[in-house]
Amino acid sequence: MNTPLSSLTTATSIAQAVRSGDVCAADVVDRYLAQIVIRESDVHAFNLVLTEEARQTAAAIDAEVAAGRDVGPLAGVPIALKDNMCTRGIPTTCSSKILNNWKPPYDATVVDRLSAAGAILIGKTNLDEFAMGSSTENSAFGVTHNPHALDRVAGGSSGGSAAAVAAGFAPIALGSDTGGSIRQPAALCGVVGVKPTYGYVSRYGLIAFASSLDQIGPFATTIEDAALVLDVIGGHDPQDSTSIPQAHPSLRQVLRTQDVTGMRVGRITDLPEGADPDVTERLEVAFDTLRAAGAVLVDVQVPAFAYALTAYYLIAPAEASSNLARFDGVRYGLRVPAADTNAMYSATRAAGFGPEVKRRIMLGTYALSAGYYDAYYGRALKVRRLIADDFDRAYRDADVLLTPTSPTVAFPIGSKGDNPLAMYLCDLYTIPTNLAGHPGMSVPFGTGADGLPVGVQVLAGTLGEAAMFRAAAALERSMQ
Amino acid sequence: MSDNRLVNPLDNGRPTLVDNLIDGWELVVGLEVHVELATATKLFSASANRFGDEPNIHIDPVTLGLPGALPVLNRHAVELAMRIGLALDCTVQPSTFHRKNYFYPDMPKAYQISQYDQPINIDGHLDLPNGQRIGIERAHLEEDTGKSTHVGGPSGRIHGSSHSLIDFNRAGVPLVEIVSRPDMRTAEEARQYVTELRGILLAVGASDAKMEEGSMRCDVNVSVHKPGTMFGTRCEIKNVNSVRSLGRATEYEARRQIAMIEAGETVRQETRHWDENDGRTYTLRTKEDADDYRYFLEPDLVPLDPSPEWIQAVREALPMLPGARRTRLGAATGTAPDSEAVMVVVERGQDDYVLAVGHLGGDVARALVHVKEAYADQGAEPSVAAQDLALLTRMEVGGKLTATQAKAVLADIVEAGGGDAQAIAVAKGFEALDTSSLEALVDQAIAENADAWSKFQAGEGKALGALVGAVMKSSQGKADGKLVTALLNAKKG
Amino acid sequence: MKVAKLARLDLDPDEIDRTTSQLAGMLEHFADMDALDLTDVVPMTQPYPLRNVFREDVVVEGLLRDEVLAEAPAAEDHRFRVPPILGLDL
Ligand SMILES: [Mg+2]
Ligand SMILES: [Zn+2]
Repeated sequence: MNTPLSSLTTATSIAQAVRSGDVCAADVVDRYLAQIVIRESDVHAFNLVLTEEARQTAAAIDAEVAAGRDVGPLAGVPIALKDNMCTRGIPTTCSSKILNNWKPPYDATVVDRLSAAGAILIGKTNLDEFAMGSSTENSAFGVTHNPHALDRVAGGSSGGSAAAVAAGFAPIALGSDTGGSIRQPAALCGVVGVKPTYGYVSRYGLIAFASSLDQIGPFATTIEDAALVLDVIGGHDPQDSTSIPQAHPSLRQVLRTQDVTGMRVGRITDLPEGADPDVTERLEVAFDTLRAAGAVLVDVQVPAFAYALTAYYLIAPAEASSNLARFDGVRYGLRVPAADTNAMYSATRAAGFGPEVKRRIMLGTYALSAGYYDAYYGRALKVRRLIADDFDRAYRDADVLLTPTSPTVAFPIGSKGDNPLAMYLCDLYTIPTNLAGHPGMSVPFGTGADGLPVGVQVLAGTLGEAAMFRAAAALERSMQ
Repeated sequence: MSDNRLVNPLDNGRPTLVDNLIDGWELVVGLEVHVELATATKLFSASANRFGDEPNIHIDPVTLGLPGALPVLNRHAVELAMRIGLALDCTVQPSTFHRKNYFYPDMPKAYQISQYDQPINIDGHLDLPNGQRIGIERAHLEEDTGKSTHVGGPSGRIHGSSHSLIDFNRAGVPLVEIVSRPDMRTAEEARQYVTELRGILLAVGASDAKMEEGSMRCDVNVSVHKPGTMFGTRCEIKNVNSVRSLGRATEYEARRQIAMIEAGETVRQETRHWDENDGRTYTLRTKEDADDYRYFLEPDLVPLDPSPEWIQAVREALPMLPGARRTRLGAATGTAPDSEAVMVVVERGQDDYVLAVGHLGGDVARALVHVKEAYADQGAEPSVAAQDLALLTRMEVGGKLTATQAKAVLADIVEAGGGDAQAIAVAKGFEALDTSSLEALVDQAIAENADAWSKFQAGEGKALGALVGAVMKSSQGKADGKLVTALLNAKKG
Repeated sequence: MKVAKLARLDLDPDEIDRTTSQLAGMLEHFADMDALDLTDVVPMTQPYPLRNVFREDVVVEGLLRDEVLAEAPAAEDHRFRVPPILGLDL
């Protein structure tokens, strides 16, 4: 026991110490729980903290270690889970009243994999209701505050997970990213956030927002930790028909063996404007950093980038309007009693969904309805193709692309008011990746206005995770 | 799915038959038949596909539409769908799944996953026993709903019920919906179509096709028009639960529409409900309040594109279908393929047995009649060895047993599950009469029925029956009717 | 409002007004894609091209009825209970 507990701040170091018997998982968990006790009432990262369950799991892991068994690559590592992933017997709410403390009878695939790897679920984190939002203000259970400045948003929709890692409540967390919901809060909270290639991580047990866009990914304080988590949760799952049926190379292995020498790093010359100067300044530093590390800078164009917001705000609500139709008060969740089933549906859904969710259901229903499908949803699918094709062309010349993650640093809570379009612009730089199905990640890269964190987004083509992680690691190294 | 597919009104490829008309009106009937596939599990999940169990025991996250659940397609369901398509001479093509969005308590996700504009099977046909060809537009895969029970109302009806209870055992069971072209012109043809379709489904093992248990369900589209004019507005009739009610409902609906038009009213396109007890149809919903299903491609599934090798393997493994079996049996027995005996025996699956009797030296025509009449409870593989029936039919055609005697002997054989016809005939005292004793009986009959005899001599054919009957009686059924007739004709000169 | 009815959302008049004007604003913004020539573009519905993904037809133990019904808003006689169904009888 010669490793001081306080020096173990990464999942990688914790797992190593727990596996080797240097520290016990119970002590690790208690240290994180203590941090939660101190700051959670200010931050409100969690919908639910699993104090007792986490302690029990830790004790079980310690017993395993004592018995000489290998507990797995995340041995004893506390993890915070976005509250839109199913956990058997543990309330899963999507931060919505409509789920009314629903306890799923099954575990999401990622939950199975994490627990098989020895991770310890420490809590379910807050989100914009059904992951619809960019600030975690649209939660039925209150706003999550940015640990770097409590009057600021944590970003969203995975704001609770980002804030949990930033506040030291857990070394790692999982979020889901439909249009930037991992990367944008990661940037605003100053942590690493990864959205993998569509199909890289199983969606089984992730409560769907927009099925063709949703991906689960990690938050971490280091690139290596993010790689460690992805190595655990990634890979084919026969329960998800859209899961890519192949094994992925270990990203941790990639990080150990490869750097960015000769890597082609692309700048999108026709990137839509809108980022604040403090953000673009950091992006320029990032380009310089990679060039200094041996990368080659190239210019690329992605003309359809500018139309991504439109395509996204037709496709995502359309899919969501159908995905959220199952919340009808029949089998689970909230029911508002009424005289007949149709009245019961309408009353239940009106009472159970918040304004942003209703807005998107309405928009999506409209975009799919008879007479409007071709003009809206159908056209959006074509725009989506243009965007993917443009990116494919760009990736012939570049291995990765760099953009800002978020146009701004964390903004004040309440500042976007009831203006959906202003809020939607937060995801200007993250959305195209989801439409194309490509991987993207946000790397904390210094600070901007008011000393708040700025993230740089690293993008790559389909299954380009290895190159993306190499570039991200080079940026991270330059900050140390 | 019963959306507004356009029908080219005059391109039905059928000449009008006057016999088919009702008061000068021609019916146009098309059918949508849903069949539950005989898989072990559901279309998109591993819950058991089983009928008749305790409620809500075959459930899983996918079946219940739980948040986060995802569908994965059942390979065997696809194979059975292809069997159906290939048996109906369809083209098996690359296909996709859509979501059909609508709210209903027994539809767990509030959308049904169904095939929409790219179904797995298209453009086939089914030939009725009389040779009439009925086009098959498509036969696509989709999932079944759960089951609602309406409580607190009169006789389990939905109207006036206080609440409903939902069982999801059936939710997600694989269905193939077989959509015919509007090629039928009578209620009887609709009945024949469903009967024939059922035989095909059973033959290929795709479904148990039990209408009474709901594993085969028919929606009937009916319209009426004057021959040579545009098709009329159609109504879709649901809740038709037997072949008999299919005929009744079609007939009722046609007459209802005719009466409306003749009274100067207009038929509205609508969905109607067949009430078996009242023997009539009721409006369920009209076109105006039809739902907007907002179809879109199911993002949780990927396209289905069976390889040519797979399709070929399914095709080669198809058994001989009822139509071909009837043709084969008809040819072997010299009987019309749509004769009752051929239809019945093929439906029971006893045609191989009849043919085996022939291969063993028996008489297939006699075997066909015997099997049809005496083997009703015997099943596809009769317990009587084909050898035994072969001997019986040989004795019969050899004049050693009369038809009546053969029947009696066979009854014993069937009851005992087999037996030697020769031995039984002897034990029963069935020895064929020699010609001289038969001639004596004929003379006796003439003497005792002088009146009939003179009428017969005068050319009154009817009188023959009385004379033959008298001989049969005096011989205690041992006389061969044909031989008696021949003797009487000879004596008439 | 037809869309609210289709989506089974019981919106009060205020909500309908606000939502309608917000949707109108968004749809106006979305008109930007009218600038694109999309005639020969194949719609993209899924990001990763897969086909023929199957499971084998083997029964796997499902969920426990009691655990599931315990989460239901109303249950009776081992089934999910709902108010009377009006309109359709499918
Ligand atoms: Mg239909
Ligand atoms: Zn159907």
